[in-house]
Amino acid sequence: MNVLVFIDHVDGHIKKASLEAASYGAQLAQKAGGTAEAIALGNLTEDLATLGKYGIQKVHQVKNDALNTIDAQVYTKVIEQAVQQTGAKVVVFSNNSTGKLVAPRLSVRLKAGLVAGAVALPDTTNGFVVRKNVFSGKAFANVSINTDIKIISLNVNAFTISATGGTAEVVPFNATVDAPKVKVIDTTKASGKVSLTEADIVVSAGRGLKGPENWKMVEDLADSLGAALACSRPVADAHWRPHNEHVGQTGVAIAPNLYIAIGISGAIQHLAGVNRSKVIVVVNKDPEAPFFKAADYGIVGDAFEVVPKMLEAVKKVKASS
Amino acid sequence: MKILVCISKTPDTTAKIAFTDNNTKFADAGVQWIINPYDEWYALVRAIELKEADASTSIHLATVGGADAEPIIRKALALGGDEAIRINVDPSDSYQVAAQIAEVAKQGNYDLVLTGKETIDFNNGSVGGMLAEFLDMPYVAQATSLQLAGTTATVKREIEGGEETVEVALPLVVSCQKGMAEARIPNMRGIMAARTKPLKVVEASGNETLTNVAEFGLPPAKAGVKLVSPDNVDELIRLLHEEARVI
Ligand SMILES: Cc1cc2nc3c(=O)[nH]c(=O)nc-3n(C[C@H](O)[C@H](O)[C@H](O)COP(=O)(O)OP(=O)(O)OC[C@H]3O[C@@H](n4cnc5c(N)ncnc54)[C@H](O)[C@@H]3O)c2cc1C
Repeated sequence: MNVLVFIDHVDGHIKKASLEAASYGAQLAQKAGGTAEAIALGNLTEDLATLGKYGIQKVHQVKNDALNTIDAQVYTKVIEQAVQQTGAKVVVFSNNSTGKLVAPRLSVRLKAGLVAGAVALPDTTNGFVVRKNVFSGKAFANVSINTDIKIISLNVNAFTISATGGTAEVVPFNATVDAPKVKVIDTTKASGKVSLTEADIVVSAGRGLKGPENWKMVEDLADSLGAALACSRPVADAHWRPHNEHVGQTGVAIAPNLYIAIGISGAIQHLAGVNRSKVIVVVNKDPEAPFFKAADYGIVGDAFEVVPKMLEAVKKVKASS
Repeated sequence: MKILVCISKTPDTTAKIAFTDNNTKFADAGVQWIINPYDEWYALVRAIELKEADASTSIHLATVGGADAEPIIRKALALGGDEAIRINVDPSDSYQVAAQIAEVAKQGNYDLVLTGKETIDFNNGSVGGMLAEFLDMPYVAQATSLQLAGTTATVKREIEGGEETVEVALPLVVSCQKGMAEARIPNMRGIMAARTKPLKVVEASGNETLTNVAEFGLPPAKAGVKLVSPDNVDELIRLLHEEARVI
């Protein structure tokens, strides 16, 4: 069963989420007895042969200026051609901003069943069953794909990148490329230095911080950890923080290695978006805060005293390691 | 201007998640149903704002579901939809839902089709993109803002670590999220008016699905929190460094 992995990139570099998808696709191909190939569209400065490290054998590259804009319609038709030419039976996307645009369209175009938000390799012992999170991470579902060609979009941070060695063969792919209908007129980077959905560590704070003027200590802690910033919904609603930092059931869903929640009660809607974090640390002055039930580590204490001490302790650990 | 807003029925955000029938069905006994928050707060409210700015705009609502979806669609009418269409079949996968709505959308000749960025039950985020492909329209996902000038839409969408602003001509499909609009509460006048607004029921045309849920499950319970004294913050960081190995 041959696998085709879609490679997404930003500023010429392959996105970390696409390395996860590449590792996933390569392991799937190995398991299902096939090859793992990849498709990359648009201009990349990074050497695509490095994808070989993650188990990709061949990369089909379409260099065409029309592909520097991510227009879902244009992308879908090009990937469709690549699926046909490579004979791939499984197409793997990252469930990131590009995957969310393109994978559903490709599903209709190829009439190929899609599991969006996969968190594990498929079980092929009885059909083709892919696990995904449902109910905003409060449960999972094993979803069976019933079509000849299958599409999987893998949740960001759900699969470990495994690098072994090897070089991928990079070949130009001749595709018919339509003119994009979507025109990009501006791109802005969010205030944080690290992308929230891709971050390994997220430092988050809630209404317990009393006001936007108190975020400096949270930012300092995040900086010291190389972490992204997040917040609870009321904090974003009150415009203390930008809305793109709001995590939870109705905000951004995240799955970092470490989630530090400061002055957040841990309401069910908040937990729903963060409960896939591998390790959760909670700082809250109320010992009854529901968040302690979901936490791995916790401090019952006043954030205004604890957070500056955390910053000092992190600095010490960083200095000694 | 004609806008179609896709409305999905989801369990309330506080609903207890459990399964029956050998973990193949969501246990819905005692569950409160709501309009999927992204559909209501962002897609529908933005459509209402566009209508407020241009009174010639009409807002149609489409939902795929049985008669039990009617209270939900009535609430959406109370908020400000003009008429509703219910496609009478139980929703079972994104492809089926998108295919059904596409049939309705083709007949309605809409300038703009709005969905929420995902539903809070299946979290697929796929219906908008699938619908766009069925309708052969451009698609912008995870939009945080939508402005119209004549037949040109300016849409902001979330990308990793930032936002992208794009310009695209109508007709168009957009999936909406936070930032689009501020949530509203239906008022008495809206609720009364909704009772007389048209709610059309159409039968499904075909009923093809590409996937099915084989089994649901719950994540394993957490082992329990390890508490550290606020006087010993160094110990917490040491544990994160040496035991959990996340720092
Ligand atoms: C339909 C719906 C969807 C929702 N979606 C989301 C969502 O996506 N994300 C989300 O976050 N919320 C969501 N909510 C809101 C959610 O229910 C909670 O209201 C919200 O998460 C609470 O935010 P908070 O914990 O910051 O504030 P609060 O509930 O006010 O809690 C503040 C916490 O800070 C603690 N505290 C106060 N002072 C200090 C101090 N000095 N030091 C340490 N701790 C302190 C308090 O003990 C308390 O636990 C949703 C609600 C609804 C109804």
